[in-house]
Amino acid sequence: MSSIPEDLQYTKEHEWIAGVDDGLTLTVGITAYAAEALGDVVFVQVPEAGTTVAAGDAVGEVESTKSVSDIFAPVSGEIVEVNQTVVDDPSLVNSDSYGDGWLFRIRIEGTADDLLSPEEYTALTSGES
Amino acid sequence: MSRPTPLRGVHETLGATLTDFAGWLMPLRYGSESTEHNAVRQAAGLFDLSHMGEIFVTGPQAGEALDYALVGYISAVEPGRARYTMIVDAEGHVLDDLIVYRLAPDEFMVVANASNYPRVAAELTDRAKSFDATVDDRSEEYALIAVQGPRAQAILGELTDADLDGLKYYAGLPATVAGREALVARTGYTGEDGFELFVPAADAEPLWAALTKAGEPYGLIPAGLSARDTLRLEAGMPLYGNELSAEHTPFDAGLGRVVRFDKPGDFVGRAALEPLKDVPPTRRLVGLIATGRRVPRHGYPVVVTGGGDVVGEVTSGAPSQSLGRPIAMAYVDNGLSTGLAVDIRGSHEAVDVVELPFYRRKK
Repeated sequence: MSSIPEDLQYTKEHEWIAGVDDGLTLTVGITAYAAEALGDVVFVQVPEAGTTVAAGDAVGEVESTKSVSDIFAPVSGEIVEVNQTVVDDPSLVNSDSYGDGWLFRIRIEGTADDLLSPEEYTALTSGES
Repeated sequence: MSRPTPLRGVHETLGATLTDFAGWLMPLRYGSESTEHNAVRQAAGLFDLSHMGEIFVTGPQAGEALDYALVGYISAVEPGRARYTMIVDAEGHVLDDLIVYRLAPDEFMVVANASNYPRVAAELTDRAKSFDATVDDRSEEYALIAVQGPRAQAILGELTDADLDGLKYYAGLPATVAGREALVARTGYTGEDGFELFVPAADAEPLWAALTKAGEPYGLIPAGLSARDTLRLEAGMPLYGNELSAEHTPFDAGLGRVVRFDKPGDFVGRAALEPLKDVPPTRRLVGLIATGRRVPRHGYPVVVTGGGDVVGEVTSGAPSQSLGRPIAMAYVDNGLSTGLAVDIRGSHEAVDVVELPFYRRKK
């Protein structure tokens, strides 16, 4: 089981969020735990830059050999950048979930609610495994 | 609670992702399913298929009983050979697809799918009643291990003196493999050359270990059900519950050739199937290749591009390693072969219609 980085926050939908403490723009990806559960990721669809989204919206999808899952906006805001590299090479979601496998950056509007700490996410995933 | 196979401990040691499949706890993948898929295409893969059912039919009239019970001409199968066939109900609907091995003149082994074999055993028992034949479901006693891929013969050859060169496709023989008695069959579900080894459950672990060791220099790796599914899909092989079901006749699936009207005597389903043999079904099973990257999956509607009329349904779909694109099998209205799309969660994605299979190995 891969370790859960201490410097990120998480959602119940198995996304990670970076940069919550240091500004308005957040980077979003899916966790190694989720990538492992999906299997080999073959397709990633991310929202277009400029899209305005609300927290909880399904904004994209990640597809593996066996299944497809929605990607949710963890906060409300505007998509300001998408990771074209992961669109071109979806296997980065598996091989570098917390690095080059990031999905999009969002400029937050309002507050980030209901995010999980690393400890809370660890508890969530150990309950599921 | 899912039932474990005799190889559960091996799978756990290997760190497999286990999944429930037809009531069995089965390895879905050990690492990357793409790597496992490619290993089978290029070298070899090792599969635990112990969830399959083994039903023995024995006695002086065993062949005649199976001629009556199944759609195939089983009594004409030579000892040592095997046949792909089906069991249908009185309406001609498919209850399961099967491989029948003739082990001896009066002994047959019927291999049925995990989800169906209790029903198949019950049907066979019932249908064999008026024949001098005995039906014995021995699924619990047997493990099934498959070695599949272009290096399969070289690997198995390290462990047995049996004449593998002389063992044809769809043939089986008793052999000693790594010092243990096995029924070795040249069959599979991957589109590659390969072997299936039926062994007593207690021999499964040592045989798996011997194959793993012998196969290592050849690039053999364990492969799970996920790879098995994409391999069989590329090979255009039907899966019961997807392409085949009690809603389909063998003709619907384009497999009417397995129904042998030329055999003597009646068989279950004959009256229902005979009128269908010259009638084109309203829908036929075709291959689809997606032009985009999203994957058509089981149950998704096939639609006409533009208008959106539903003209079919996807039965299986997956990203194809060999083609580099998503592929699918689908039932589509007869005569439609262009201008189609699949409704992938609300968006219409263009597909090309192709004849099956998607992949054929080089001889």
